[in-house]
Amino acid sequence: MAILVFSEETDGHASASALELTSKAAELGEVSVFHVGEGSAAALAELGAHGATSVHHMDPGDGLPAPTAAAAIADLVGGDAPAAVLFGMSNTDRDVAGRLSARLGRPVLAAAVDLSIDPVRVTSEILGGTQQVITEAIAQPPALVIARPKAFAANDTGGPAPSTTSVAAPDVGRSGSAVVVERHVEEQEGPDLEAANVVVSGGRGLGGPENWHLVEELAAELKGAVGATRAVVDAGWVPYSLQVGQTGKTVKPSVYIATGISGAMQHMVGMKDSGTIIAINKDGDAPIFGIADLGVVGDVHQIVPKLIEALKARS
Amino acid sequence: MRIAVCVKQIPDPATPYELDADSHLVVRTQDQVLDDTDRYGVEVGLQLAEASEGTVTLFSMSPSGSLQGIRQALAMGADKAVVIDDEALRGSGALTTARVLAATIEREGFDLVITGTESTDGYTGVVPQQIAEILDVPALSFARRVEAGDGKVRVERQTATGYDVVESPLPAVLAVTAGSVEPRYPTFKGIMQAKQKPIDNLTAGDLGFGEDDVGIAGSGQSIIAVAPIAGRQAGEVIEDDGEAHLRIVALLEETTVI
Repeated sequence: MAILVFSEETDGHASASALELTSKAAELGEVSVFHVGEGSAAALAELGAHGATSVHHMDPGDGLPAPTAAAAIADLVGGDAPAAVLFGMSNTDRDVAGRLSARLGRPVLAAAVDLSIDPVRVTSEILGGTQQVITEAIAQPPALVIARPKAFAANDTGGPAPSTTSVAAPDVGRSGSAVVVERHVEEQEGPDLEAANVVVSGGRGLGGPENWHLVEELAAELKGAVGATRAVVDAGWVPYSLQVGQTGKTVKPSVYIATGISGAMQHMVGMKDSGTIIAINKDGDAPIFGIADLGVVGDVHQIVPKLIEALKARS
Repeated sequence: MRIAVCVKQIPDPATPYELDADSHLVVRTQDQVLDDTDRYGVEVGLQLAEASEGTVTLFSMSPSGSLQGIRQALAMGADKAVVIDDEALRGSGALTTARVLAATIEREGFDLVITGTESTDGYTGVVPQQIAEILDVPALSFARRVEAGDGKVRVERQTATGYDVVESPLPAVLAVTAGSVEPRYPTFKGIMQAKQKPIDNLTAGDLGFGEDDVGIAGSGQSIIAVAPIAGRQAGEVIEDDGEAHLRIVALLEETTVI
């Protein structure tokens, strides 16, 4: 069974989701990748090492990639359709999946945490991860699947560099007329949020951006990464790249410390699989305490400074 | 500028959702509310309309009989609403939702379609791009800081590492994040006026959809099984007595991260 995986290149690397999905797909069938971006040798080698045998590479230039990528993928799967096209949950992945869905007239099976082929069935978690649903694709192939980050492990099996075909960005007319006129990278210090062993996150309970240094100092003491809830990202305290949750990053650190976070469903799905969860919140009824290994009902402004001092005293 | 804002009515998220045992669909209560994330799209639409002497029309596919959420958005200041409330639509997937909304919006005419990024109850997040593809227009997704004028729209689009400034000619679809604006609260006058504002009601059939095109039959997927997940158990919850930080240190030592 052939499976196509979507990949987007950032800083010379294939997306983390593409490596995870390529690894999973390699267990199920023959994997080709549709790779958007520069197409560096390093990114292509990563895809091969994780089990991709062929890569179709498209550079979208300054256009937003979704309309052209979707049109190119639709052309690619028009003849001998793969069983499934797999996407991650990044903004570009979801955009391309949506476009492709409308173009092919196929539904998107979303938030997959497990996948089988022939027939294509996905397991997904709904209602904040409290219910598990198994859905089967019954339309003509390919089935379109969006998978949750870290649902599958990325396995470098040392595969050879894949055969690579260049695909020109198709002319999609009016749909393709949005252009990127500036690109801004917001620099982050400290360890990568998605790979960190310790994550310290802050929510609205911190009161305001002037107190955010508490989160940063605690994270620094623990050599951890800083995360945030959607509420504080939306309020503009910190950039979106720090957002943990349904629409942000999914993290599975050994220790997750939630400060001033009540535990909205959409936040908890992004961190509930952490090893040990510690929560500090003034509201004893906060849902976060329902999944915390240690919950402290109290004032973050009192407790976090003392915690930082205690950690400093140890070192 | 004719601004179409897509809004969704959902069961109140403050009460736990239930799944119907037979259909596996979320039980839709009679009194639904405006999805909180849609207030941002309504606000962006109102601000753009105020700046351009434009109109804001709400579009909502809602097999429920509820209009409470629509009235909330009308009370914020939208001019009118077109609701596709049809029992045949129950169980529709994201693609059917997009097809129905796109067909309705096209029928009414539009310069800009505004949506949220994803709904609070379904959160597939693909409807904006599906609508854009069907209408054959660009989509500016994950947008904040929206400006429009001279037949163009310009936004900051969130990316994994920062943001891009993206420009597009109109017509276009705009999917805004909750960080885009601060939604206004309805005034008493707004709430009273909302009761008089026109709400058109269409069926799937009015738009040319057959019974097999929509609902569960048209979804292209079949739910095989639903089961509760054994969740994480709550651990110990303590009240801070001034020494709680020491308990945290002790637990961090146990987990060997320090």
